[in-house]
Amino acid sequence: MPAMSGLFSGIGWSHNTLACVSPALLEKGAIVRFKKLGLAAVSVAAAVTLTLSGCAGGSNGGNNNIVSVNGSEPQNPLIATNTNEVGGGLIIDHIYAGLVYYDADGKPVNDMAESITSTDNINWNIKIKSGWKFTNGEEVTADSFVNAWKYGALFSNAQLNSYFFDAIEGFSYEKDTELTGLKVVSPTEFTVKLSSAQSDFPLRLGYSGFVPQPKAFFDDPKAFGENPIGNGPYMLAEAGAWKHNVDINLVKNPDYKGGRVAKNGGLKIVFYATLDAAYADLLADNLDVLAGIPDAALKTYKDDLGDRAVDQGAAIFQSFTIPERLAHWSGEEGQLRRAALSLAINRQEIIDVIFNGTKKPARDFTSPVIAGWSDKLEGADVLDFNPTKAKELWAQADKISKWSGKFELAYNADGGHQGWVDALTNSIKNSLGIQAEGKAYPTFAEFRTDITNKTITAAFRTGWQADYPALANFIAPLYQTGAGANDGAYSSAEVDALIAKGNTAKTLDEANKAYQDAQVILLKDLPAIPMWYGTSNGGYSTLVSDVKFGWNSVPLLQDIIKK
Amino acid sequence: MTGYIIRRVLQALPVFFGTTLLIYFMVFAMPGDPIVALFGDKGVNPAIADQLRAQYHLDQPFIVQYLIYIGGIFQGDFGTSFSGQPVGQILASTFPVTLRLALIAVVIEMIVGVAIGLVAGLRKGKWFDNSSLVASLILISTPVFVIAFVSQFFFAIKLGWARATVSGEANFAELILPGMVLATLGVAYIIRLTRSSVIDTASQDFVRTAYSKGLSRARVTRVHILRNSMIPVVTYVSIDFGILLVGATVTEGIFNVPGVGRTLYQAIIRGEGPTVVSFVTVMVLLYLVVNLLTDLLYAALDPRIRYDK
Repeated sequence: MPAMSGLFSGIGWSHNTLACVSPALLEKGAIVRFKKLGLAAVSVAAAVTLTLSGCAGGSNGGNNNIVSVNGSEPQNPLIATNTNEVGGGLIIDHIYAGLVYYDADGKPVNDMAESITSTDNINWNIKIKSGWKFTNGEEVTADSFVNAWKYGALFSNAQLNSYFFDAIEGFSYEKDTELTGLKVVSPTEFTVKLSSAQSDFPLRLGYSGFVPQPKAFFDDPKAFGENPIGNGPYMLAEAGAWKHNVDINLVKNPDYKGGRVAKNGGLKIVFYATLDAAYADLLADNLDVLAGIPDAALKTYKDDLGDRAVDQGAAIFQSFTIPERLAHWSGEEGQLRRAALSLAINRQEIIDVIFNGTKKPARDFTSPVIAGWSDKLEGADVLDFNPTKAKELWAQADKISKWSGKFELAYNADGGHQGWVDALTNSIKNSLGIQAEGKAYPTFAEFRTDITNKTITAAFRTGWQADYPALANFIAPLYQTGAGANDGAYSSAEVDALIAKGNTAKTLDEANKAYQDAQVILLKDLPAIPMWYGTSNGGYSTLVSDVKFGWNSVPLLQDIIKK
Repeated sequence: MTGYIIRRVLQALPVFFGTTLLIYFMVFAMPGDPIVALFGDKGVNPAIADQLRAQYHLDQPFIVQYLIYIGGIFQGDFGTSFSGQPVGQILASTFPVTLRLALIAVVIEMIVGVAIGLVAGLRKGKWFDNSSLVASLILISTPVFVIAFVSQFFFAIKLGWARATVSGEANFAELILPGMVLATLGVAYIIRLTRSSVIDTASQDFVRTAYSKGLSRARVTRVHILRNSMIPVVTYVSIDFGILLVGATVTEGIFNVPGVGRTLYQAIIRGEGPTVVSFVTVMVLLYLVVNLLTDLLYAALDPRIRYDK
C-alpha cells in the first residue's frame, strides 16, 4: 500500500489550471480559423496533448478533511418520509438524528431518545433528550417528532414511506385521518398507541422515516427538500449544496450530541451513473469510500485494493417467486414442484462462477447479519443441491398433472441480472430435464408493473433489503396475507398466526422463535425460493482509515478518518 | 442568403411539433408504470400511487398530457423531474457540458484526422499512407467502450495524467480525455475521407495549373488541394457533431460526465416523460441548426455553391 500511494500521490488534489488550454482558444481553432487549416493546426493538436498532462488537477480541491463517498442522485426531494431509495437514504441518514440509530451490528442505540418503554407492546412512552437543536437553531421537541410522523402518515400527502406508520392507531390507507395514537405529553415526552401489539416497534424507530422535522419543513416541504435542515451528525455545507446529478456537500454539525459524532470534517457524496466510473476513481484515489464493486471488477478488486477491500455479510436476501395462480403451481402439485426446483439449483456453483463467491447460499428467508438467524431450521435441506431428489419430486408432481411448456424466470434487464438468471435456468434444465429460460423485461418499471398488477405469467426474481435489523422485517412484509410486498399473493393462516405471535411476544428471543417457526412453514410452502444472501463489497482509498461497513451495507461514514 | 435562412427556420417549425408529438407518444406508449417503479421492491399503495399519477398528469389521456406539456413549454416551463427539479434547469446544466465535450471531440477529429489524411493522401502508397490506413481500420473496429476503459486505466489510473472521472464542473481540461476517446472513431473516418478526397483533388487540372504558375508547394497544398478536398469532410463532421451533441451515453457513463447522454439514459430508465421529451426536443433543434450551418459552410468552401435566388 505505501508503494501505491507514492504512485498515485497528487492526483485529484493538485490544482494546475494555469497550464490548461483556454476554452476560447480551442473554439477559435475549430471554427474561425477553419479556412487556414495547415501546419498551425498540428501545433494546436500537440498543445492539446501536452495540456492533458498539465490538467490532471481536479475540483476536489485540497485536503480539508472531507471524505468523499459514492452515492446516486436522489429520486425525490430530500424528505425523510418520501425517500425510499439508497441515493436519498444515504443523505437523510447522515443529516438527521432519530430516536435511535443502529450500530455496526444492527443493535439499536439511543440517539435522541432518553427512553422508549412499554408494558404491553401497544402503549409506548418515549422520552427524548432536551437541549438538542436543528441546524437552524430551532429546539427539537416532542412536537418535532409527532408533527413529522403525522405529516408522513397523512393520506393526502402521498408519502412513499407512509407504511412505516401503519401500526399507529388512527392510520388509514384510504382517507385523511388523525393519527390518534400520538400524544404529546411535554416538550420532551410523547406517547404512541399502536393498533395492535408490536414487540419490535423500538427496533423500527432507527429507520429514516421516523426522524423529526423543524417547523420550516411544513411550510413548503418540496422547497425544504432541496435544502433540508436536520439535527444529525452532518448538515448541508450551504444552501444549494445539492448539485443535481453531480454531488452534495455535507459538513460536520458542531451541535450534534449523539453517539455518531463525526470524526472527519464532512462528506462529499458524489453521484455516479455507474459503479465502474466510481471504481476507476477509487483506484486513482479520487474517491475515498466506495460501497459496492462493479461486476466487472468482482474478480480482481481484492488484488487491486489489498487490505483496503471490504467483503462482509449484508442484510440482503434474494429469491425468486412463482405465483400460485399459474397453472401447475398451486396446491400439492405446486408444493412438490417448488421443492423440486429448489433442489435442482446448484447455488454454490452459480455463486462461484457468476458472482466470484461474493454471495452466500441461502439457508432461510432472512439474513445471517440479523439476530435470530439460524441455518438449522427444520426443512432447510430443501435448499441443498440434490438433483436426484429433485427429479423424484418432479415425477411425483407429474402424476398429479403432467407438466408441459417451459419454465420461465422473469427479470429486469437494466439491473445486471441476466448472468445468474441464465445460470439458474441452466441448472434447472440440467437437473430436471425440462425447458427453462430467462424472460427479460427491458426496464425495472415494466417489470414491477406486471408484478404489482399480478399480470406476470412467469416466475420472477424477488429480493429484500432490510429496513431495520429484525427477522420480522424479512417475514411480515413479504409473506403475511395481503402484505404490501407479498408479490406472490401467498396466504397461510399458520404463518399469519405465527407473525401475530411474534409481534406480541414479550421478549425479542420469544419473537424470534415465532419467526423461526413461521419459516419452517415457509420452507415447506416455498412462497419464494431462497437463493442467496447478498454481501457488502466495497473498498476505500489510501487517504482514509477506520472504514467499517454497517449491517445495512452502508459505510459508517462518521467514523472514517482522513489521513 | 437571408431569405434562405428564414425559409430554413420556418421549415423547422413543423419538424419541432412533429418530433415532440412523436417522442411524447413513444414515451407515453412505453410499457411499465413509472409510479410503480418509484416504490421500488416494496409494495405499492394504490391510493398513494393514484395521487402521484394525478400530480404528474399521468392519469390524463395522451393528447391532454401532450397539450399540457406544450403549453408549459411556451411559458418557459419544461415540467419537473421526479426529484422535483425543473427540467429547464436540468437542460441548462447538462447541455453546456455535452457541448464542450462535443467541441473537444470535433476539434481533435478535425485536426488529427485532416492532418494525417492530408499527408497520407499526398504520399499515396508510401509507408505513412499504409500504416495510417491500418491504424484507422483498427480504430474503426474497436468498440468505443474498450477504448474508453483502456485509456481511463492507463492515462488516469496508471499514469495519473488525467482524472479518472469528470468532476461536477466538467471544464475543458477535464473533458480532454473523454473527448479524445469520443474522437477516435471520427479521426479514423476523417483520415480515410481526407485521404481519398486529397488523392482525387491532387490529380485535377487546376492543381497542375497552379504548380505551373510557379506557386509554392505549400501554397498549392493549402489553398488548392486541401480546401477543395474539404466538402466530404465537412459533411461528415457536421453529422458527427450532431451525433456528439445528443450525448454519448457510453462514454459519459464511463467518465461520469454530467452531460446529456447520462441524464437522458437515467430519465428513460425512470420513465420521466417531460425530461425525455424536452431533451430530445432540444436535440432536434440543435441538429437542425448544425445542418443549416453546414449548408452555409459549403458555400464558404466552394464559391460555386450559392443559396441566393
